[in-house]
Amino acid sequence: MEDSDLTSSSNPPSNDRLAVQFNDAEIIIGLEVHVQLDTISKLFCGCSTQFGEAANSQTCVVCTGMPGALPVINQRALELSIRTGIALNCSIARSTKWDRKNYFYPDLPKGYQISQFDQPICGPGHLDIEVPETPGKLRQIRIERAHLEEDAGKSIHDESSLGQDSKIDLNRTGTPLLEIVTQPDIRTAAEAKAFLSELKLILNYIDVSDCNMQQGNLRCDANVNLHIPLGDHQIATPIVEIKNLNSFRSVERSITYEAQRQFEAWQEHGLTITDAPKQTRGWNDHAQATTLQREKEDSADYRYFPDPDLIAVTIKESQIKQIQKQLVQLPTELRKTLVEQYKLNPEDAAAIVSQGRGVVDYFSEVADGCQDSRIANNWIGQEVLRQLKESNQTIQQYPLSPKQFTELLNLVIDGTLDQTRGKEVLNEMVEHSISAQQAIEQLGIKPVDKNELVSLCEKLIDENQEVVEQIRAGNGKAIGMLIGKARKINPNANPGAIKALLSKMISQ
Amino acid sequence: MTLSALNADVIVDQLNAGELKATDCVQYFLDRIQTHDAEINAFVSISQTALEQAEAIDQRRKAGQTVGCLAGLPIAIKDGICVSGQPTTAGSKMLEKFTPPYDATIVERLKSADAIIIGKTNMDEFAMGSSTENSFFGPTHNPWATDRVPGGSSGGSAACVASRLAPVAIGSDTGGSIRQPASFCGITGLKPTYGSVSRYGLIAFASSLDQIGPMTRTAKESALLMSVIAGFDPRDSTSSKAQITDCLSGLETPLNGIRIGVCRNQFNDGLDQEVETKINDATSVFKLLGAEIKEIELPHSQYAVAAYYVIAPCEASSNLARYDGVRYTFRAPGNDLEEMYRNTRGQGFGNEVKQRIMLGTYALSSGYYEAYYLKASKVRRMIKQDYDDAFQKVDLILGPTTPTPAFKLGEHAEDPLAMYLADVYTVSANLAGIPAISVPVGQSKNGLPIGLQLQGRAFEENTLLRAAHQFQNVTLWHDTSPSQPWRTQT
Repeated sequence: MEDSDLTSSSNPPSNDRLAVQFNDAEIIIGLEVHVQLDTISKLFCGCSTQFGEAANSQTCVVCTGMPGALPVINQRALELSIRTGIALNCSIARSTKWDRKNYFYPDLPKGYQISQFDQPICGPGHLDIEVPETPGKLRQIRIERAHLEEDAGKSIHDESSLGQDSKIDLNRTGTPLLEIVTQPDIRTAAEAKAFLSELKLILNYIDVSDCNMQQGNLRCDANVNLHIPLGDHQIATPIVEIKNLNSFRSVERSITYEAQRQFEAWQEHGLTITDAPKQTRGWNDHAQATTLQREKEDSADYRYFPDPDLIAVTIKESQIKQIQKQLVQLPTELRKTLVEQYKLNPEDAAAIVSQGRGVVDYFSEVADGCQDSRIANNWIGQEVLRQLKESNQTIQQYPLSPKQFTELLNLVIDGTLDQTRGKEVLNEMVEHSISAQQAIEQLGIKPVDKNELVSLCEKLIDENQEVVEQIRAGNGKAIGMLIGKARKINPNANPGAIKALLSKMISQ
Repeated sequence: MTLSALNADVIVDQLNAGELKATDCVQYFLDRIQTHDAEINAFVSISQTALEQAEAIDQRRKAGQTVGCLAGLPIAIKDGICVSGQPTTAGSKMLEKFTPPYDATIVERLKSADAIIIGKTNMDEFAMGSSTENSFFGPTHNPWATDRVPGGSSGGSAACVASRLAPVAIGSDTGGSIRQPASFCGITGLKPTYGSVSRYGLIAFASSLDQIGPMTRTAKESALLMSVIAGFDPRDSTSSKAQITDCLSGLETPLNGIRIGVCRNQFNDGLDQEVETKINDATSVFKLLGAEIKEIELPHSQYAVAAYYVIAPCEASSNLARYDGVRYTFRAPGNDLEEMYRNTRGQGFGNEVKQRIMLGTYALSSGYYEAYYLKASKVRRMIKQDYDDAFQKVDLILGPTTPTPAFKLGEHAEDPLAMYLADVYTVSANLAGIPAISVPVGQSKNGLPIGLQLQGRAFEENTLLRAAHQFQNVTLWHDTSPSQPWRTQT
């Protein structure tokens, strides 16, 4: 028994380990997020960054690595990186430089990637996130650094198994990427997802990136391991880097899977962080599992050294101040504004803010116009967002201006329209791009005369004596049935007014 | 006087005056190349459109249109500099079939000055070497003694000017690659301040050291070329906005009161006796011209070669990674990607290049980086500091360009280290980024040229060129032509 312990690199399942529950383990997660910056041209040349153009049409001597061609930094990319750093509470480097990361790959034309090694443009910062499972509780995730680098090209391998040549598209080569690296502060898959959602929202708000994940404009690697209590001490499982996650769902699911896998592996062989090298794994969406890609982390020596073709960049205090001054309100502040000034509850505020700057602006204008933020929130949060989703439009494309929408809400607030008729009017307005008044006319909505309403109620009471008895017996809900019948007879009848009148007449 | 005896500035004057047609001028040099280059091998390729361009310039002149300041002047360009549509090989099998789709900035500038590129000159592969023996296209021969090397890596440019196969040429200098061949071939060669001439389009050897410069018979011709090729280029991030003072206008200002430093510890055992004598003679000439000679110290210069042979290979190992068989290069097939890489780079590069790639890759590897690259970078800063201190006391620093005159072909083939050590006087200027010029100051007993190096403050090329020009006003070494079939006819 002792012999086998000494000779074997892994320990056979022990009762100690088997006694530990998965829920006792703490999941340690750090993320590396690659964000494509929203620049018109590439990081070191003037080529367009437009997605989806004909292969190799967006290239020049610089980004194809022709002999003698030289890089020149894109100032816009620097500015967007500084802006992101400020939004993530990072310290901004006063001097930042470029390093070459050397490795051979066919879609890397120079044989090295221009990146930043020891002087990244953004230093330590943090991002506060709220996890849906624990509303109201903020978690601070520390940012280690964010550095600027150029993207590689795209290799298209023959998957027909006919052994055809691989193809290379260099359109993406040289596109500016900001790599944001967190500290291992994330503890659950849901937190990882929440971090990414908040990050994406911020990047959208500050116009740094559209974060289009289908186009690969936001990609993520997750470093995952477990801290497991064992007796009076704690062990850590070997760190695994899950590469190239391109959806929130794959981030969440791969981490969940990986944590479970590591726990089971540890229970089985007992290997800890000191026994095994860092592993690189990929997420197989089809199998819903992570799969081994590379065992030994130290097989990659990138031989970083300062790129002699580029000079160090000095960032002046005044430049940082200028960018800071131009920075728009961030989601956190906006949520606070919606809660404090507009008296929305935190969930509603978060829902509005999560829709982006345009929806927040739309909401504020309508809420200010109708002086009732609760109604504005109900109508925008439900009707407008539903319509946008159905028509696959952005708020900027929505046919009704905030002013037109305010007009409608004012009619609801003053009782001219009830909720149901109000919604009919809204649909009519959207469909024909017309004002509330025009929609009301087209729908033939007009106020109902008091006497007309009285005779309608009398008729209902006569014809529905059983219901009336139920109401008299204390079943208040039964009145809804009568209101429904009333509206079938006259759709313009205001349900509130009918209810009041019926109650009065029945109780008499 | 025949064209081969005329300086470029005189040729340009004659062209402008209508005494000489550009077509005749170009044809004259093409004929000389045709006659003599089989023996010298200065050229890798000859322009097929040079005569056409000359014709166009003659037409424009005839029509009274304005032409550029070098209109009709033939010029040879080192083959490591991209000329659109003209094969550009960097002396390597790897780029044997490479034709760049773009012009280097200096080529663009020469073309807009209406100079006529007549051909691309031979060089050590990727500018790695001091003899032009490391060329895939065979060695270039020294026009003074064809069994000797012309120096390198810009050996083709030096040899073609020395034999007047072209009136002037462009070279590049990473550790002495303009000055050393200029010295071996008895011509004038200027390595400008780092950042004063754009590197855009220069096939990189070691980016922080590489600099393009003129290789000419006289300092005045170099000044003329500098007035065209120097200046800020937005396409080269290391290009400087600091303007070089006009090199041409100050040439005739006498040297009275100029302070020239001599670093005595450079005159040591490794220095050939004949070279030392000629340098001392030249020093006396500068004294007669009014210069004040002062002793100076460059305490860290003894570490320059060591630092250079770490930094240059490190940068080269990365710069040459792009030659991988995937795009424009030679490709040797393989069963898989890695085998294709191995075969391509194994067969496409020559031994010297492979040796330096290995040196650089090793020195940049994790665990060695601090001991080599970082240490060498520190030495580099100290060498620069030495110069900053020295230039507080003197305006120029004088010394030999090379320890010996041109050596024989194959002489150092078995001993690369000896060849590396011969760069002892030239590499410091590259490490410090300062300008330096080599001018012919005499001949050895067996008739080989000897060169003197002047180094100056950053962006003070004008002082270097002025000193060289004043020296050439009172000496004839730059006008001496080899007693060979290509001797200039006067």
